[in-house]
Amino acid sequence: MAEKKSLFKEFSKGIIKENPTLRLVLGTCPTLATTTSVESAIGMGIAATVVLICSNIVISALRKVIPSKVRIPAYVVVIASFVTIVQMLVKAFLPDLNNQLGVYLPLIVVNCIILGRAEAFASKNAVIASAADGLGMGVGFTAALFLMSTVREVLGAGSFYGMSIPVLSAHPMLIFILPPGGFFVFGLLIALSNKLATKKGKKPANLGGCKACPFVDSCNSANCENASKEEVAE
Amino acid sequence: MKPLLAIILAAMLTNNFVLSKFLGICPFLGVSKKVNTATGMSVAVIFVMVLATIVCYPINLLLVSKDMEYLQTIVFILVIAALVQLVEIVLKKYILSLYSALGIYLPLITTNCAVLGVVLLNISDGYNFVQSVVNSFGAGVGFMIAMLMFAGVRERLEAADIPETLKGLPITLISASLTAVSFLGFTGVVEGIFG
Repeated sequence: MAEKKSLFKEFSKGIIKENPTLRLVLGTCPTLATTTSVESAIGMGIAATVVLICSNIVISALRKVIPSKVRIPAYVVVIASFVTIVQMLVKAFLPDLNNQLGVYLPLIVVNCIILGRAEAFASKNAVIASAADGLGMGVGFTAALFLMSTVREVLGAGSFYGMSIPVLSAHPMLIFILPPGGFFVFGLLIALSNKLATKKGKKPANLGGCKACPFVDSCNSANCENASKEEVAE
Repeated sequence: MKPLLAIILAAMLTNNFVLSKFLGICPFLGVSKKVNTATGMSVAVIFVMVLATIVCYPINLLLVSKDMEYLQTIVFILVIAALVQLVEIVLKKYILSLYSALGIYLPLITTNCAVLGVVLLNISDGYNFVQSVVNSFGAGVGFMIAMLMFAGVRERLEAADIPETLKGLPITLISASLTAVSFLGFTGVVEGIFG
């Protein structure tokens, strides 16, 4: 029973408490780029979730085999393989989604959420817990994308999941589906989540700088320290 | 064939990597607090983008000739990662002054989606070698323009009186949105000149 509860905890923390997009501010590129419509946002979310779960499982299973010196390249190969599989599946069965996501589908490889979870969680925990963590983070990512794309599509195109909304579709505010609208809506959503978080006594979300970078150990730590010191000194 | 000037202008202004394609947002938000660091980062990005394009172009030809295009993602990310490491080592050994200027930023670039993105976009747009290199250079310069503009905005922001809720990341994103609006003004300019 105790184990079940902790598994659920691993799963649920990714959705609200440590939401990768709104609390940890990772994977901002796909968040901004694919939320012009609800359909592509959900597609992106599910694709990233599948990659996240699979790579978490494999990396966790191999965690004792991979030497720690070459772990980052090893993780990247595992992640890239799953991204390629997902890419081929999407191309074969959902060609429309493939056209909508375009270059952002292969770019899941460099999504910091996935490498970040591999480094922070899967490399230290058992397989089932890692799978739960991957699922939770993936659901949290998808939920954030869904929220953001809903705002953008409803205001910017006057539709929801391709179905037009009577009054709004007559006067869509195009700016919301253009790039500036992406930054704007994301900024407001972070402000909202910060407001809720500070009410509960937590710190507002912020870019972690060097600390949040999954490469913090592998990159030249002396340089890394300099970089973060420089930022603190400001 | 598309004129090279049209490619470079499009990559810099109308299809700006950061502000209209959302590639390389992490360094755009992370290292744009000061104009100095923003410049260093952008120069490193231009350098790696052009180099990655030069190296990945023949590799892609090889993959296509062997009918293995599906390996593009895996191969390119590894090539870029290895390349960045190699550049770091070479600079450290032979050109120390350049290393001390760019060294900090090089590891950060490995997982920068802008570099992998420009390589993949060159292929999907069907550019030849010269066009690819020119496009990568333009994209890098576009990244630099956006970074420098935004670093200027952020330095001003430090002194501004911001509502408590918007402090930190939210106001940064909102000012990025306003910077992006200014780039919307370039829409159609390149088509207008060369169309």
